Amino acid sequence: MTKFTEKNSYTIFFSIIMVLVVGSLLAGVAQGLKGKIEENKRIEKQQNILYAMGVNNNQSDTDVAFIPPKKVESEFSKYIKKQLVCQGDNISEENNAYLIDIKKEEVLAKKGNYERRLPLFIGEKEGKTFYIIPLRGKGLWDAVWGYIALDKEYVVQGVFFDHKGETPGLGANIKERFFMDDFKGEKIFKGTEFKGISIVKGNNDPLNKDKTDNEVDALAGATITGDGLTAMIKKDLKLYLPCLEKIIKK
Amino acid sequence: MGILPKKDTKLILDPLFDNNPITVQVLGICSALAITAQLKASIVMAVSVIAVLSVGNVIISLMRNIIPSKIRIIVQLIVVATLVIIVDQILKAFSYELSKQLSVFIGLIITNCIIMGRFEAFALANSPWRAFLDGIGNAAGYGIILIIVGFFRELLGSGTLLGFPVLGDPINKTGVYAFGYENNGFMLLSPMALIVIGLIIWVQRSRNKELIEE
Repeated sequence: MTKFTEKNSYTIFFSIIMVLVVGSLLAGVAQGLKGKIEENKRIEKQQNILYAMGVNNNQSDTDVAFIPPKKVESEFSKYIKKQLVCQGDNISEENNAYLIDIKKEEVLAKKGNYERRLPLFIGEKEGKTFYIIPLRGKGLWDAVWGYIALDKEYVVQGVFFDHKGETPGLGANIKERFFMDDFKGEKIFKGTEFKGISIVKGNNDPLNKDKTDNEVDALAGATITGDGLTAMIKKDLKLYLPCLEKIIKK
Repeated sequence: MGILPKKDTKLILDPLFDNNPITVQVLGICSALAITAQLKASIVMAVSVIAVLSVGNVIISLMRNIIPSKIRIIVQLIVVATLVIIVDQILKAFSYELSKQLSVFIGLIITNCIIMGRFEAFALANSPWRAFLDGIGNAAGYGIILIIVGFFRELLGSGTLLGFPVLGDPINKTGVYAFGYENNGFMLLSPMALIVIGLIIWVQRSRNKELIEE
C-alpha cells in the first residue's frame, strides 16, 4: 500500500487547506497591522514636506534626518501655515490636503471628465514663505516622487525625493544629500520662459555654481532615473503654475 | 556548550565552521555580496535569517509527515514566503525607518538558497528540536561570514563601523588620514565582497586541510 501522502486526492486536499490557512493568516496580519502602517505613512508624508522646506534634523553634511515621529505633528502645524487645493480655477483651503492621493488623482484625471485636485502647501520659516508642491513621476523601475519648495520668485528652496525601487547605489541616490542639495537656488524660469530643472550629464557646471542654467548634474549610472525626475519636475510644475501664480499674487 | 548533548551541539557548531553554508557549501553567496557594504545591514540580515530559518525549520519539521512529497518544494516556498511577509509587515508597523532601509533585502530572504536547502535536506527528515538547532546553526554560520565581510568592507571602504567614523575624518585629514591613508572605494562594490569571501575560504582551508577538495 502506498503511503497516504502519495495519493493525488490527498495532495489536492493538502494544497487547499494550506492555501486557506496561509491566506487567512496573511490577511489577518495585514488587517491587524494596517492602521499602524497607515499611520507611519502619514507621518512620513509630513516629514517629507517639512524636509523640502528645510525643517529637518540633519546633523552633518551627509545625513538625511527627518523630524522625529513624535514631534512631527506639532512641527507640521507650526511651519505649514496653509494647505490649499487647486481644482481648475478654484482654490480652497483644506485641512488634510497632504493626504490627497496624487496617484489616484492622476488616474482619475486621465480618464477624463475630472478636474484634478492639486494639493499645495504654504510654509513659513524665519519670516520666509515657501510654496511646497508634491511631485510624482516615473523612474527606471518604478515610481519616483517628492516635494519641491519654491519661494515667491520661483527659486527652489529645497527638494525631497524618494523612490519605490530604483537601483541601490545608482538611481537610489536621488534621496542622498549631495544630489538633493544641488537643487537649492536653481530657478525654474529662464527669463520669462518656463524651463523646469533638467538633470543632465556632460554638464559643464558639475559643481553647480551656476544657478541660472536650470540644470543640475546627473548621477553616474542613473541616466533613466534622472530623465524621469526631469520629466516629473517639468510636468508637475507646469500643472501647478497657473494656480501658483494666483496664490503668490494674492 | 555543556548544556546540550554532544550531537545537538554538533548541529549548531558544525555549520559555524567546518560546514559553513557560505564558505564550504557555497550557498547564499548572492545576498552575501549584495548587502555587506555596511556592517549594520549585515547584522540585521543575519538576525532576520536566523529568525526565519529557525522558525521555518520547525514548521517544516512539524509538518514533515503530512507534506505530500510531490508538492513539497512548493510547500516549503509558501512557508518561507509567509514568514518573510509577516516579518516585513511587522517591521513596517513597528520599525518603519528600518523597514525602508531594508526594503529589498527582506524580500531577498526568500531567495536565499540556504533556507530552501535546510528545509529540504534537514527539516524534512528530523525532529522539530533538532531542526530548530540546525536552523540556528546554519543561519548563524551564514551570519558570521556576513558580519566579517561587512566589517571589512565598511572599515576599508568608508572608514566607519556601524556608521561611526573610527579611522578619523577623511575630509579634514585627521586620524590615519593625516598619514596619507585613503578609503578604498572598491571595497563598496560587490566584486570586493567576493574577494573577501575568497580570502576567508583561503584562511579556513589552510587551517583545516580536510576541507580542500581534490
